[in-house]
Amino acid sequence: MTMQPKWVYTEKAKEHFINPRNVLDDEKDYKDDGKGIVGNIKCGDEMMVAIKVDKEKQVITDCKWKTYGCASAIASTSIMSEMVKGMPVDKAYRISPKDITKELGGLPEHKIHCSVLGDKALRAAIDDYYKRNGMEDKIKKEKARIVCQCMNVTDKEIERAVLDGAKTLYELQEKTKLGTVCGQCKEEATRLLDEYKKKHFEKC
Amino acid sequence: MPKKRIYLDHNATTPLHPEVKNTMKKAMEVFGNPSSLHSFGREAKQLVEEARENVASFIGAGADEIIFTGSGSEANNTVLSIFSCMSARCTGSLDYHVNVITTNIEHPCILETAKCLKDRGAEVSYLKADCLGKINLEHVEEALVGKTGLVSVMMANNEIGTVQDIKEMAKIAHKHGALFHTDAVQAVGKIPVNVLDLNVDFLTLSGHKIYGPKGIGALYIKKGVPFCPLIRGGHQEKGRRAGTENTLGIAGLGKAIEMRRKEMKEEEKRLLKLKKILKEGIEKNIPDARFNGHPTDCLAGTLNVSFDGAEGEAILLYLDQEGIAVSTGSACASGSLDPSHVLLATGVPIERAHGSIRMSLGRENTIKDVEYVIDILPKVIGKVRKISTAYSKDNK
Repeated sequence: MTMQPKWVYTEKAKEHFINPRNVLDDEKDYKDDGKGIVGNIKCGDEMMVAIKVDKEKQVITDCKWKTYGCASAIASTSIMSEMVKGMPVDKAYRISPKDITKELGGLPEHKIHCSVLGDKALRAAIDDYYKRNGMEDKIKKEKARIVCQCMNVTDKEIERAVLDGAKTLYELQEKTKLGTVCGQCKEEATRLLDEYKKKHFEKC
Repeated sequence: MPKKRIYLDHNATTPLHPEVKNTMKKAMEVFGNPSSLHSFGREAKQLVEEARENVASFIGAGADEIIFTGSGSEANNTVLSIFSCMSARCTGSLDYHVNVITTNIEHPCILETAKCLKDRGAEVSYLKADCLGKINLEHVEEALVGKTGLVSVMMANNEIGTVQDIKEMAKIAHKHGALFHTDAVQAVGKIPVNVLDLNVDFLTLSGHKIYGPKGIGALYIKKGVPFCPLIRGGHQEKGRRAGTENTLGIAGLGKAIEMRRKEMKEEEKRLLKLKKILKEGIEKNIPDARFNGHPTDCLAGTLNVSFDGAEGEAILLYLDQEGIAVSTGSACASGSLDPSHVLLATGVPIERAHGSIRMSLGRENTIKDVEYVIDILPKVIGKVRKISTAYSKDNK
């Protein structure tokens, strides 16, 4: 009577998890043109991405990675590393978690936050490449804007909370404490909540 | 799916004992309502009362001191709810403004209910476990204040297996006039539990952790102690828990207990041996593995281990590919962002808590299973560490 239970991830995600592509196994001898590390193992995940770039064409020729992360971090970075090979640097710079999860055929909702590290690390690697090659002007600063003045909560933190599973204003407040003093920012926070939910969770 | 499947997650739940299955199949024929006076009802009633006898005598209680509940969680919720009753007619329940003492390594069904009690005005304090998961008896003594109404400490921890000295704790609580409850869901049927010897006022047990069915638990309520039902609206369980009895579950629990009575002692010896082999196999074959919990005051089948630089959910799912079922203290597997509160409470650093797995052995595990795990686990850890940013061979 044993049945084949459904996996938590799609077949494609599962396949990438079991056979991860482009893992950087020899860090010392890998001559990268840019390298970025984001996250922290204390938070449960850390990601490193290293790229090689054809400097004439401004195209990524190789992408390697390593992670201290869960199955969805492994699967999403594995697929991302394949996606960006042969991709112009500026296009890769704009790759989003949504693009990656789309390629994987979706991820469980509570797992989306695990998959954002790959593209973040990729951007950090590209920033590093820009810096090494005197193209600092191309680096896009992710400017954070304070939404809740009382508790000093930024739009970036709201986005992070949404990725971590906040679906309602109440859940957002539980995670960030925003709007718990004067409450003036609640309207703006609700708008951002909807915006980020749409950005990250709406069906691709 | 791999050909071979090895289940090492018995602290999560257990398969039905074949004898329990048989008993439950027969019980399926009995459909009467135990409250009915006719023969159909009496048949069902008999089934329920036989099971009650079994459960009661196994832990040294009287049959009328046992009520059946829908789960261990319900039993625990019931105990913590005896405080909120403010009715003038309710002479048994404790005063609203009490102090409740519990620990920081309890199951969420205690922790969350305690939090709720606090919101309702009770004062709740938490005893801190030491690095092996033990609660210091002196701390219990210190924490007790004049108005402490209840102390609730789990007998054996589900994640690390550490067993507490419940008898001494109950003694201390009683000395200060407080009631004592123990969540013994992981203990009953694995280690000797006798309510007369322990002298506790409440004790929780569950069916599905001991090869019984899911959806059935029991609560021991010492005769004469204050009590207030959680579920009302029926005379069942002598008015202490309303709702038509889950005869099938109750029959299964009764049989499961009966089988534990026969098998527990020998089986625990066997599991202890298997665990020792498993532990030594890990020590020998996997560098930078650290064991969590108490080395001796621990459930025989429970082994909790952290692997430096390897993330728990990835370990779990790679093992699953090889047919091995374990659980993890990693946040990523649970859907929350924080890793196991038990591991953190016992001082396991957060990065190591993310990389921990729990293997809990049970009655159908064999030496062959353990050998297979010792063969597969190092490969899996090696694979996860190879991908990892947090583990390098050079600095080890």
